[in-house]
Amino acid sequence: MSILILAEHDNASIKGATLNTVAAAKAIGGDIVVLVAGEACSAAAEAAAKIDGVSKVLVADNAAYGHQLAENVSLLVAELGKDFSHILAPASTSGKNTLPRAAALLDVAQISEIISVESADTFKRPIYAGNVIATVQSSDAIKVITVRTTAFDAVSAEGGSATVEAVASAHDAGTSSYVREEVAKSDRPELTAASIVVSGGRGMQNGDNFAMLYSLADKLGAAVGASRAAVDAGFVPNDMQVGQTGKIVAPDLYIAIGISGAIQHLAGMKDSKVIVAINKDEDAPIFQVADYGLVADLFNAVPELDSSL
Amino acid sequence: MKVLVAVKRVVDYNVKVRPKSDGTGVDLNNVKMAINPFCEIAIEEAVRLKEKGVVTEIVAVSIGAKVSQEQIRTALALGADRGILVETDVEVQPLAIAKLLKAVCDKEQPQMVILGKQAIDGDNNQTGQMLAALTGMSQGTFASEVVVDGDSVTVTREVDSGSQVVKLSLPAVITTDLRLNEPRYASLPNIMKAKKKPMDVMTPEELGVDVTPRVTTLKVEPPAERQAGIKVADVAELVDKLKNEAKVI
Ligand SMILES: Cc1cc2nc3c(=O)[nH]c(=O)nc-3n(C[C@H](O)[C@H](O)[C@H](O)COP(=O)(O)OP(=O)(O)OC[C@H]3O[C@@H](n4cnc5c(N)ncnc54)[C@H](O)[C@@H]3O)c2cc1C
Ligand SMILES: Nc1ncnc2c1ncn2[C@@H]1O[C@H](COP(=O)(O)O)[C@@H](O)[C@H]1O
Repeated sequence: MSILILAEHDNASIKGATLNTVAAAKAIGGDIVVLVAGEACSAAAEAAAKIDGVSKVLVADNAAYGHQLAENVSLLVAELGKDFSHILAPASTSGKNTLPRAAALLDVAQISEIISVESADTFKRPIYAGNVIATVQSSDAIKVITVRTTAFDAVSAEGGSATVEAVASAHDAGTSSYVREEVAKSDRPELTAASIVVSGGRGMQNGDNFAMLYSLADKLGAAVGASRAAVDAGFVPNDMQVGQTGKIVAPDLYIAIGISGAIQHLAGMKDSKVIVAINKDEDAPIFQVADYGLVADLFNAVPELDSSL
Repeated sequence: MKVLVAVKRVVDYNVKVRPKSDGTGVDLNNVKMAINPFCEIAIEEAVRLKEKGVVTEIVAVSIGAKVSQEQIRTALALGADRGILVETDVEVQPLAIAKLLKAVCDKEQPQMVILGKQAIDGDNNQTGQMLAALTGMSQGTFASEVVVDGDSVTVTREVDSGSQVVKLSLPAVITTDLRLNEPRYASLPNIMKAKKKPMDVMTPEELGVDVTPRVTTLKVEPPAERQAGIKVADVAELVDKLKNEAKVI
């Protein structure tokens, strides 16, 4: 078996999600090849070559892949992927954008967000907002899979010594172009990689009140997340949304503040190791998944918690 | 221009479904069904583009059993002009859905196809991307803003790091994210009018598409249960538990 992994990177470095994806590939077993498609991405390729367990890195360094547009990268993945038994990418917005497109070009199914590898063709994945876990078996010759990164412990970024090989083929579909990006800048850890996450919901009342959570998060070295209600109400940007249709997190500690615990929110955080809920409604469903529940007004409890740390 | 919107019939988002006790499937007996929320957003976007004069005709397509007509009627009540049901009683997986939608595109020649980013039953998030691949169209997935400008469309996409703006040449596939718009409610007169709007019914065979599944579900089970937790009396107890019991801070 041989596995091609589409790396998550920003040309300069490899994103952590790639390390979790390599872990899933190791669980499948076989030769692991990482594809770095980008522009001026040799630094990312060198970093990929050091990842534990990777035998080869393919670098497609071309302007057509500069912003990793799905129209172009999927053509590359479909071309190279023909020689592999599996093609994997993290279930990030970029993996989700490109991999189904590549799968369709190869005329095979794509299996989304696997949480475990049962065998080389059988995997578990959550459906219905995580209320059901399905065990699915693929009959396709090439298995194209996105990986829920929180379900696989990252392999080491160091210790490997893969060969690096340039790929000459440049696919430019010519149908799309990159205009700009607005990247939310923050000194806090990345939401999906943080070991502590503090999240606020509609109970926060407005964006200004999130300052309380930022302060708390900074004391804990935590990332800050939010419910969709908080995003919808414009308290915080969309990239903070945790849930079925937002980001999936599984930190050591998740603190839900002023969040009721709708199915869709729970889908994104209920695999956290320890869950704390602060809510003034003692019947809020969030308490059903909380290890420690505090029934209190958050406007009293959060400042008190902050000052006692 | 003509827009095709794909709408799926799914379990209502408020329902917490459970696997059947024998693990063969999900218990959908007497469960409330609805149009997939992301598909509702897709319809709304098409209707807004029509109200702006950009779009001239909206065709709502659904693939599924005869009852999916209900969701097409909902789409018609919300402002779609006509409906197409690709009727089949078997479970159709995303690749085959994309092939069926491509076959419909070949007939209808839309300039834009709007889909939900994800159906909330299978949580696949694939069909739009696959349709774009099969038709060679550009794709604007997870859209929070769609601006049509001549023969191109500028799409703001919700990505993990924030947002990304891409410019796509038409025809294009768009998949909707939650913040794209807030769907309207269908008014009673519009619900009545929708009953008279045309709806074509066709089959996968007529469209020449093989819908044989590539993935078999071997079993379904509930997720691991969490251990019941406790309520703490105050912040001091919470801090104590986190430090000394859970040892996470
Ligand atoms: C298709 C679809 C996808 C969705 N995807 C997601 C998703 O990915 N993530 C997500 O989060 N949601 C998602 N949702 C929305 C979800 O259904 C809920 O509406 C949302 O999670 C509710 O957010 P909330 O808990 O912040 O708000 P609410 O449900 O309004 O809860 C607010 C809570 O704050 C508490 N509160 C208020 N004031 C105080 C106070 N002073 N002190 C303490 N507690 C207080 C209240 O008791 C209440 O429990 C989705 C919905 C749909 C239809
Ligand atoms: N059976 C179906 N009928 C019509 N549209 C569908 C169907 N299945 C999926 N879609 C479309 O594809 C989107 C994404 O679905 P999925 O890839 O299954 O998560 C949905 O929001 C619909 O717009």
